[in-house]
Amino acid sequence: MLELYVDGPVVGHPVIGRVVATVAEGDRICLLGPSGAGKTTLLNAIAGLDSRLSPMIQAHDGLRIGYLFQEHRLLPWRTLRQNLALVGAEPADIERLLGEVGLAGAGDRLPDQLSLGMARRAALARCLAVKPQLLLLDEPFASLDPDRACELRALIARLLDTHPGMAMICVTHEARDADELANRLWYLDGAPAVLQCDQPLTGDTSASQLSERMRLLST
Amino acid sequence: MTSTRWAYWVALPLAVVVWAFIALIAQTSLLPTPLAVLDAFWLALQSGELTHHLGVTLRRVIFSFVLAMLLGTLIGIWMGRSRLANALLDPLLVLFLNLPALVTIILLYVWFGLVEAAAVLAVVINKVPNVAVTLREGARSLDPKLEQMARVYGFSRWQRLADVWLAQLFPYLMAATRGGLALIWKIVLVVELLGRSDGIGFQLHMAFQIFDVASILAYSLAFIAVVQLIELVLLQPLERRSSAWRAAGGSHA
Repeated sequence: MLELYVDGPVVGHPVIGRVVATVAEGDRICLLGPSGAGKTTLLNAIAGLDSRLSPMIQAHDGLRIGYLFQEHRLLPWRTLRQNLALVGAEPADIERLLGEVGLAGAGDRLPDQLSLGMARRAALARCLAVKPQLLLLDEPFASLDPDRACELRALIARLLDTHPGMAMICVTHEARDADELANRLWYLDGAPAVLQCDQPLTGDTSASQLSERMRLLST
Repeated sequence: MTSTRWAYWVALPLAVVVWAFIALIAQTSLLPTPLAVLDAFWLALQSGELTHHLGVTLRRVIFSFVLAMLLGTLIGIWMGRSRLANALLDPLLVLFLNLPALVTIILLYVWFGLVEAAAVLAVVINKVPNVAVTLREGARSLDPKLEQMARVYGFSRWQRLADVWLAQLFPYLMAATRGGLALIWKIVLVVELLGRSDGIGFQLHMAFQIFDVASILAYSLAFIAVVQLIELVLLQPLERRSSAWRAAGGSHA
């Protein structure tokens, strides 16, 4: 559904160097790499937010993308219900979606009335509201306390189970997230950044081992 | 907050007392007592002159205000969003910001004659640059993260305007409105004084010619009262309603 062919340094783009990969239906990719390697930049490019890279990224026509940004980026002056309706969710779906992320009955609340974890789940509900074929998650577990992070991980795992065709690219620092959620690992490193590794994760290769190896290789 | 409420009611009554005191001592028609002014106010009100001229002035104010806000907002947002537009229009903006209101008024009267259109246009030309500067700041402060969000989720042009931009631009629109009304009131009076035969400005002109200070003060008071009324009845409720979400955000424990 998605082909990335960024070959060599891009003129006027110091962050991304070489990223050649394809994303297919049902791919659950965790994107690891040191901070500042351009993981968010790559995610933005895939979402079509980087005009310099967009010619090198081929998405299927009408590919529906749900993007969970690092911040919730809900409209603070609109209730959760209105926020979901704005991306095209039907009234009946809104209640179901909010229920799915554990926010049943919170439809009338404003984003700033929610805790960080709740706001992130509300933003996740908005991702789901567009019936995404590709889910982009940018550090979904960052700055949550361990319990909340655990809950959210379980929630995302459940969502992936119930939407088997949906592909996912999840930026994270923790190889552990990849072990739980992903079936494929990308490792991005260097300046400009190069996709150093694109490995399926099978029973005997764990993300922790792989990313450790990559870290050692790059130093 | 509530403990200092009384302080609000000190300065104005005190000013009136001082005024009355000086007026009583001076005993001159050039400084009438507050009661004499009230008398003049009542007379003008009863004769229907006050309401007529106030109505005419109010109509001019509303008309030029709406026009100036529309134009200024469009230009301001355009300049805030596009570097090219800003580079093109900025010199003009600086020119018009520094052009004295009186010059615009005189020129327009000279070119178009002493007609209503010239009067309104003069006010609009004086106000548009201020609105544009304020809204340009607003457009520059639009959150790029929400812009990205709106792009990813395919917001329509209208959704972007009504749901993403309006709430962010609202404080700037309010500032432009507040400053705008204050400025437009003042310019409309000058416009009327120089070239119209009705309106508060015209009446002030007449009173000036016969040194009728009581009428001048009476008309000014009526004027100030109307401005305060607009602030109280229109602007403040609007502001409260539109910033309710900010207050609600603070309630999260």
